[in-house]
Amino acid sequence: MSDSTGSSPVAIPASTRPSLSELFRAFVVVSISGFGGALPWARRMIVEQKHWMTADEFNEAFALSQFLPGPNVVNFSVVFGSRFAGASGAAVALAGLMGPPLIIVMVLAILYARFGDIETLSRILAGITAAATGLLIAVVAKMAAPLFRKRWDWMPLIAIAAFIGVAIMQWPLPYIFAGLAPVSVALAWMKR
Amino acid sequence: MNDSPLLALFGYFALLSLFAVGGANAAIPEMHRISVEVMHWMTDRQFADSFAIAQVSPGPNIIIVTLIGYHVAGFAGAAVATAAMCGPTCILAFLVTRTWDRFKEARWRIAIQSGLVPVSLGLIGASAFVLARTADHNAIAAIITAVTALVAYATRINPLWIFAVGGLIGLTGWL
Repeated sequence: MSDSTGSSPVAIPASTRPSLSELFRAFVVVSISGFGGALPWARRMIVEQKHWMTADEFNEAFALSQFLPGPNVVNFSVVFGSRFAGASGAAVALAGLMGPPLIIVMVLAILYARFGDIETLSRILAGITAAATGLLIAVVAKMAAPLFRKRWDWMPLIAIAAFIGVAIMQWPLPYIFAGLAPVSVALAWMKR
Repeated sequence: MNDSPLLALFGYFALLSLFAVGGANAAIPEMHRISVEVMHWMTDRQFADSFAIAQVSPGPNIIIVTLIGYHVAGFAGAAVATAAMCGPTCILAFLVTRTWDRFKEARWRIAIQSGLVPVSLGLIGASAFVLARTADHNAIAAIITAVTALVAYATRINPLWIFAVGGLIGLTGWL
């Protein structure tokens, strides 16, 4: 895939645009820290530490990744990488995200095949999962902040409806996408 | 199953990935159906263990497909399954982003973009809720979750420290 058409990745002040090696290292850190989900770590790295995106930009890029099929964070690495550095950025971010976990998981699989005891591991995991859940709750609160800070409008209502649909009513995800996304987009369209 | 197992791995996971809207957790039941019930690649127990290993290791949980692939056809299987799960959707994501960024100022794009944010946020909130319901089956686990949430929201402490404490508490068997 050549990158000929100018490929103007969104105008961003050069000072905050990561180089390819920075991009790779950032996603390596995100992936090896990302027990129980890489989203909180991606936001911490990109918004809080490197200031490569604002809170709003991150929300929008992640929302796009979530609506594309496939693993969210994997999509996000591609969306983020290509926005900053085209095809090579996408490849580098993806390699950073997937490389280290692939090696780690293979080592674990081989150990498991040899020793077969995952009791100890899963006890440790139970503790980490409880903490990872807390981390996810914190990131939801941070991501929601810009939404709820604006004057009271329809956005929080949509978010709450999606939450109730999935968490409480346990409706299938595609129905919720199909039901809420058009309404939400239509409201956004009319607002401007 | 006369076909090469690599071909079957690739076909199933590439197809699955394109329907996996909502990420890894949404696709787990279908992976289980294919691996255990349809293809008989592994037993129920082996699938559950693979799921646990994928959870234990850092990185995207989708990495369970690597383990299934490894189980079926060794390292080649691991590589093929991972490529199938990530390749097609990554190419799609790349093409969509490029198109997307070309219309940065278009009104329809701005509407779609800001319209998707609240839905996405509700879904992430829901996964946190579902995760909390399964992870916090006793008071100590719930306390770990609550403390982590507060510390991560209010301070800049690296959450890995809290993970370490959580893991140690887990090791004691109190959870």
